[in-house]
Amino acid sequence: MTAERKPGFDTLAIHAGAQPDSATGARATPIYQTTSFVFDNVEHAAALFNLETFGNIYTRIMNPTQAVLEERVAALEGGTAGLAVASGHAAQALVFHTLLAPGDEFIAARQLYGGSINQFTHAFKKCGWEVRWADTTDAESFRAALTPKTKAIFVESIANPGGIITDLEAVAAVAKQAGVPFIVDNTLATPYLMRPIEYGADIIVHSLTKFLGGHGNSIGGAIVDCGTFDWLKSGRYPTLSAPCASYHGITLAETFGNFAFAIACRVLGLRDLGPAISPFNAFLILTGIETLPLRMQRHCDNALAVATWLSGHDQIAWVNYAGLPGNEFHEAAKRYSPKGAGAVFTFGLKGGYEAGIALVSNVKLFSHLANIGDTRSLIIHPASTTHRQLTDEQRIRAGAGPEVVRLSVGLESVEDLIADLDQALAAA
Amino acid sequence: MKNHDSYSDAYIRDILARSRTIAMVGASPTPSRPSYFAMKYLKEKGFRVIPVNPGQEGKTILGERVYAALPEIKEKVDIVDIFRSSGAALGITREAIAIGARVVWMQLGVRNDEAAGLAEDAGLQVVMNRCPKIEYGRLSGELNWAGVNSRMISSRRPLLGPKGVQHRVLATKA
Ligand SMILES: Cc1ncc(COP(=O)(O)O)c(C=O)c1O
Repeated sequence: MTAERKPGFDTLAIHAGAQPDSATGARATPIYQTTSFVFDNVEHAAALFNLETFGNIYTRIMNPTQAVLEERVAALEGGTAGLAVASGHAAQALVFHTLLAPGDEFIAARQLYGGSINQFTHAFKKCGWEVRWADTTDAESFRAALTPKTKAIFVESIANPGGIITDLEAVAAVAKQAGVPFIVDNTLATPYLMRPIEYGADIIVHSLTKFLGGHGNSIGGAIVDCGTFDWLKSGRYPTLSAPCASYHGITLAETFGNFAFAIACRVLGLRDLGPAISPFNAFLILTGIETLPLRMQRHCDNALAVATWLSGHDQIAWVNYAGLPGNEFHEAAKRYSPKGAGAVFTFGLKGGYEAGIALVSNVKLFSHLANIGDTRSLIIHPASTTHRQLTDEQRIRAGAGPEVVRLSVGLESVEDLIADLDQALAAA
Repeated sequence: MKNHDSYSDAYIRDILARSRTIAMVGASPTPSRPSYFAMKYLKEKGFRVIPVNPGQEGKTILGERVYAALPEIKEKVDIVDIFRSSGAALGITREAIAIGARVVWMQLGVRNDEAAGLAEDAGLQVVMNRCPKIEYGRLSGELNWAGVNSRMISSRRPLLGPKGVQHRVLATKA
């Protein structure tokens, strides 16, 4: 028997999940802008509702355009299945809704996107899910936070606002020993730079809004089931391992094997909580993913050039980019993310708060807004915007002190980016 | 012995394409059991599925008469699909060889290398730790609708079934 070729990453980015349309032969993935799909007959409807056969029912739960996006992201991460949802936050909510019951705990890295810290601290508390914080730079701090109620561990591979690269293998080992799934938010790295499954991730989440979509035009999120966690053996996750009351007593982990987690998030979480992605957004994000390898490399190359230039500027106190030699996380970046350290990083201005305000006010090419992962270069001064409501001490702990500015470096000509920062600093 | 840690798509596709009759050992009459799901799906895809389960002998599952054991089946069987424990697979494989089946297929979670060696020595093909329903859905493109990574890329249109709107099929050679 001839060995089958394993397609390369760039091929997967374009083709995974997307055969020509079975009905029309359309080569680009069609936008199935419909709420619902007709049944052949009553038996077909029943089989679909019972999960006995595969097919589409209603776009809140599944849709052929979404499906291509789901298989695409799962293939790029090397997982068994994916689920596309309305936003990165929706992905996180569905993952924890599937894993936790009121009174359960999970451990999360303290160094996360601020919105995730809010979600875990406040929104999840209302569900009775308790977060315990650990330090993403210290795997032992996760072990110290374990209790008999711990049901999961959550980190970002490259932490937003950037600079920090988590030692995924070390934290994965803690999760494995504790017998809980290891969840990695791979938004800032994307699977082009890093595939967490290779270091022991069991579940991967994405904000597709950022580099995967990549064009600043659509909010979306994804869950990838790595197929690595044995739900039946663990027995601590009844949503997967116990007969399911809302599907006539089937046991999801038994029926769907190594992609049961993705199915559970879809047929329970997404069905009942409802954060579906629109087919149009799924289409735009899919189009973005086709050029992910090209874009992500350019993002990293531009970011390194800008970070290097900034670190030589006399108004700049420090630059926190793991791609720079001498940075605390440079060795980790070389190991986990050798193609580049991503395109989001922070730096400090010697002039403090006022200098930060002046810089974001004077840029003409960088856009002053609260997002990352766009073709366009983006800039924000967290202390006066995203982290404004916090105390001085909280701001400093979150890496958002008065002098801090965050960049998301885009795909423009890098000389133009440097020239823009140069004139804005000079004008300050 | 063939490598049973992974199978090429071509190997699985060929087995499914050449087979029409599946004897399902351990078929359950309970609609929430995975074997019931698999039997229903495979019947829908045009396979003749014969349930084998001594506890259900003479009754019917999904309209098909249940046999107590493989040797009682008088028609030609292509695949013997084992929905039993790995330990039980050896005896069932001996029977599968005796009745002239072409393929021994052990379900997800079921693996018995001794049985596989025996079957291969007798000229049978072997699949272990896989579900024919999932493999059919994966290779036909239907599992894509569930977001599953088919590990397959193709610039060819999926084949539509002869009836209904949401039915993708594999080409048959049987
Ligand atoms: C690392 C990370 N995770 C999750 C999110 C939330 O994603 P969304 O805005 O798509 O809900 C963001 C958004 O900034 C993020 O940067």
